[in-house]
Amino acid sequence: MYVAVKGGERAIDNAHQWLAEERRGDRDVAELSVDQIREQLSLAVNRVMAEGSLYDPDLAALAIKQARGDLIEAIFLIRAYRTTLPRFGASEPVDTGAMACDRRISATFKDAPGGQVLGPTFDYTHRLLDFALAAEGLAPEAATEGEPATGPVPHVTEFLNHEGLIQQEHAPAHDTPRDLTREPLELPAGRPLRLQALTRGDEGFVLGMAYSTQRGYGRNHPFVGELRIGTVAVEMEVPELGFAVEIGEVVLTECETVNQFVGSKSEPPQFTRGYGLVFGQTERKAISMALVDRALRWEELGEDNVGVPAQDEEFVLYHSDNIQATGFLEHIKLPHYVDFQSELELIRKLRREAMEGERREAAE
Amino acid sequence: MKDLPDSDVAARQAWMGVLAKAPAAALLSAWDAHGLTPAFTWLRAPEVGGVMVRGRAGATGAAFNLGEMTVTRCALKLADGRVGHAVVQGRDTRKAEVAALCDALMQGAEAAQVRAAVLDPVEATMARAAHTRAAKAAATKVDFFTMVRGD
Repeated sequence: MYVAVKGGERAIDNAHQWLAEERRGDRDVAELSVDQIREQLSLAVNRVMAEGSLYDPDLAALAIKQARGDLIEAIFLIRAYRTTLPRFGASEPVDTGAMACDRRISATFKDAPGGQVLGPTFDYTHRLLDFALAAEGLAPEAATEGEPATGPVPHVTEFLNHEGLIQQEHAPAHDTPRDLTREPLELPAGRPLRLQALTRGDEGFVLGMAYSTQRGYGRNHPFVGELRIGTVAVEMEVPELGFAVEIGEVVLTECETVNQFVGSKSEPPQFTRGYGLVFGQTERKAISMALVDRALRWEELGEDNVGVPAQDEEFVLYHSDNIQATGFLEHIKLPHYVDFQSELELIRKLRREAMEGERREAAE
Repeated sequence: MKDLPDSDVAARQAWMGVLAKAPAAALLSAWDAHGLTPAFTWLRAPEVGGVMVRGRAGATGAAFNLGEMTVTRCALKLADGRVGHAVVQGRDTRKAEVAALCDALMQGAEAAQVRAAVLDPVEATMARAAHTRAAKAAATKVDFFTMVRGD
């Protein structure tokens, strides 16, 4: 019988040293700086900030470098760092209506006031590899001949509000949301906790869930009423001062879907809404979040639970976190020698008994 | 501080907001060029931490926790007793120190000087950057036109 309980220090040290060397790659190629990652791989940085649940582009870029570009590993590093930070407080809810928009489109209203602003989008590109990028050269500069919009850009859903055609969102009187980074997730979670889980959830998982609703597993007929990306100020009350001050600004992506709803016992037919709000320029994630948010609202809207995964709060919330998931999944590759030894004993015993039984039967 | 008239509160909110959002490099170079080195004592030495950023469901509904952001805070007292506070984005302790010093100085005789040498140039830099971005966004605004079909 062999049970390892100690050892491997030298092997582990050498493995980590080799890891560092492999991270650096070919030394004839210039090393990447954290600034280069932050500026040139900004969408990866945004994903790490969103799912790491910490807005700090420099730290996210550092994590990506350390993780050799493995974004889930980078998110893990950010989550671990986040737990070391003292919490100074919570901000006032951000005012996305006052966003300085880089991008703002509506799939429902062609002539939405404020206009359709495409921003720096991959949409309408041909998805052909651009070999010019493989050669070094200066990037073209963006056109700046536009007349900058002044004043806030109203949310598209407000236009539907005027006619009472869409369900309204009202802030409750007591409005301190539960925080799943501070207390264990208990069900029913309620919408604020669901939105927190979705905004930090794995992009691939949330996308897959959203896609499942489009393919018929809890269809909710979404239109992208509005998608906007831009900068908003973050305000927090400072107790020593007795008033709120702006403490910084963040780039956010917000998606509001407009969904079909035929009405219920208490509500006349009207449109309903799904909502996505995510750190950074992260529109695939924000749209996915809005679709899954809408699917999870079945009970509040008096819809039937048709038993699909996207309607199942427990299923979605307990499987959306890629750090929890990868932690549990990857731990099975670590030494389980003792566990396995007992399994081995058990299977040998069962086989012995089975074979003895067969022998007895044959003898009889 | 709670007894300040509203207009003073609004003015202080405005400069504290500029200091918090200012790119560290722009703030520090303006401050260093200015050359003020007032004596002070720490009431709270710079400390890096997190603030939970909140959003609202559907933009106007129930609040929810979006994720944290890094901030640095500190408080200091000038020799004459003026107190400066800073809660600024990021992990740059020197930025927080300069922001708190500016906050303290803005409450007294040096206000005009600090505004001209630090706040105004930093604010102008930020406004230029925002304007350029807004102009680039505006250049991507779609102009629809109706196709005349048939005859």
